[in-house]
Amino acid sequence: MLAAGSLLGIGLYTKRGRKHRRVDLYLADGSIVSLAGDSPEAARLLPLARDALRVVHQ
Amino acid sequence: MEQAEQALAELTEISTQVEAAVLFDRDGAVAAATLPDASAGRFASTARALIEAAEQVRGGEVTQLEAATGEGNVFVVRDADRLIAAATGPEPTGGLVFYDLRSCLRRAAEKPKPKPKPKRRTKAKSSGSS
Repeated sequence: MLAAGSLLGIGLYTKRGRKHRRVDLYLADGSIVSLAGDSPEAARLLPLARDALRVVHQ
Repeated sequence: MEQAEQALAELTEISTQVEAAVLFDRDGAVAAATLPDASAGRFASTARALIEAAEQVRGGEVTQLEAATGEGNVFVVRDADRLIAAATGPEPTGGLVFYDLRSCLRRAAEKPKPKPKPKRRTKAKSSGSS
């Protein structure tokens, strides 16, 4: 029972984390593009953002 | 204090969400930062790489971006040749952070006001009749 609860908790936490991964781009023409965390475009940008955060927190 | 440093000092005073910020130019030269020199340079170059990669992805000029990693967020704002990058914790109030960063960029671009010249004191003419 406890193990099942823990697994469910981990699953929900992971899902919540994924949901909050995204990149919002504001373009010069006034348009806004929101890239979902699991999109191929965001996959190119998020590692750079993580690198930047690592520099700050090291 | 230089204008950029002054603007950044005001930013960190106003915004409780910003953990670190760096002001730099299009070439990556750091004008002011809340981080030590070596870290500031790396943060600026990574932020520049991020905005350049974003432009490649969308094929247009990106003026600002927010990347939410889940562990924290990175903001980059561009105004002409100046850029500012900032790091926050997860789930910041994005609109407020953007507002504070744009204000900081504007203040950094302002020319320092010249100090007022001291007024010359002139001797008051004595009207006394002796």
